[in-house]
Amino acid sequence: MSDSPTAAAAVHAEGHDPALLHHFAEPQQQRDAASLGMWVFLGTEVMFFGGLFCAYLIYRLAYFGDFAAASKSINATLGATNTAVLICSSLTVVFAVWAAQTARRGLLIVSLIVTLLLGFVFLGIKSKEYYDKFEEHHVPGPSFSFENVPIPGHPGEYANPQHAQIFFSLYFIMTGLHALHMIIGIGVFLWLLTMACKGRFTPEYHTPVEIGGLYWHFVDIIWIYLFPLLYLIDRHP
Amino acid sequence: MSAHSTSSPIKKYLVIWGTLLVGTYVTYKVAFIDLRPFNAAIALTIASIKATLVALFFMHLRGASEKMTKVVVASALFFLLLLLSLTMADYASRAWS
Repeated sequence: MSDSPTAAAAVHAEGHDPALLHHFAEPQQQRDAASLGMWVFLGTEVMFFGGLFCAYLIYRLAYFGDFAAASKSINATLGATNTAVLICSSLTVVFAVWAAQTARRGLLIVSLIVTLLLGFVFLGIKSKEYYDKFEEHHVPGPSFSFENVPIPGHPGEYANPQHAQIFFSLYFIMTGLHALHMIIGIGVFLWLLTMACKGRFTPEYHTPVEIGGLYWHFVDIIWIYLFPLLYLIDRHP
Repeated sequence: MSAHSTSSPIKKYLVIWGTLLVGTYVTYKVAFIDLRPFNAAIALTIASIKATLVALFFMHLRGASEKMTKVVVASALFFLLLLLSLTMADYASRAWS
């Protein structure tokens, strides 16, 4: 960048905003460009998870009874609690973005901390769920066991362990990939928190909070679909 | 949080948050009622309503100043639909032996 400060000042005649990069005409355009880029990334994430949802759909249609039996072995109350936890964290994220836009630094920091805590609560509940699955030998692999589990609604019929193993493979890949996104999100929010504590965000420049927020909400949306698809197949008695 | 600022979106956010929680509760409760083929349909409909609310109001898709954002979202959904529908068309029409 060989542009001299005077050249930049000539482009932005009314004085150069330090947060405004030279190739943008105004802060609004800069913010729009950043959020558009994030939305494009989220579009690729839709396709990333989409392949797994597609595999899930095919096997669910093929082995519905086995999927229902396997789904029933997961603790749906924990799943519902986690859904509520993520929805609450989305609320605190939206507060954080609003606080950054309106220069409420205290609210911004508190919102980011609560978001992080809720993220850890989610992962804690998730690890309890995984622990139960390990205990029950429901983790795909050599020690997998799913013998004599009745198929809901079909008295006398038992789930095929091979097909149940496919369900649990999808369960671990989909929730595991989602949990990985949560861990990355927690990393992003820790960084946002340190930046917020240093007072880096102003109403003119708060793009990282907005972009991080978009990511967090997207991860929430993925969970909104994972919860009924994995935890609530044919639950009724 | 000044109560007198009329442009505060806090109330709107709280309403959306409450709706999302109610949606989660309804999804959870309905799953234990036998509605045969409609269980999955109801669960997915509620999930889609919740996802739309999050996108429109929490992710500020509604009123996004950059119109390209909506094009990106629409194309992502279109390609997801393409992925699912063409794959399912293949599975439905192929003669499995």
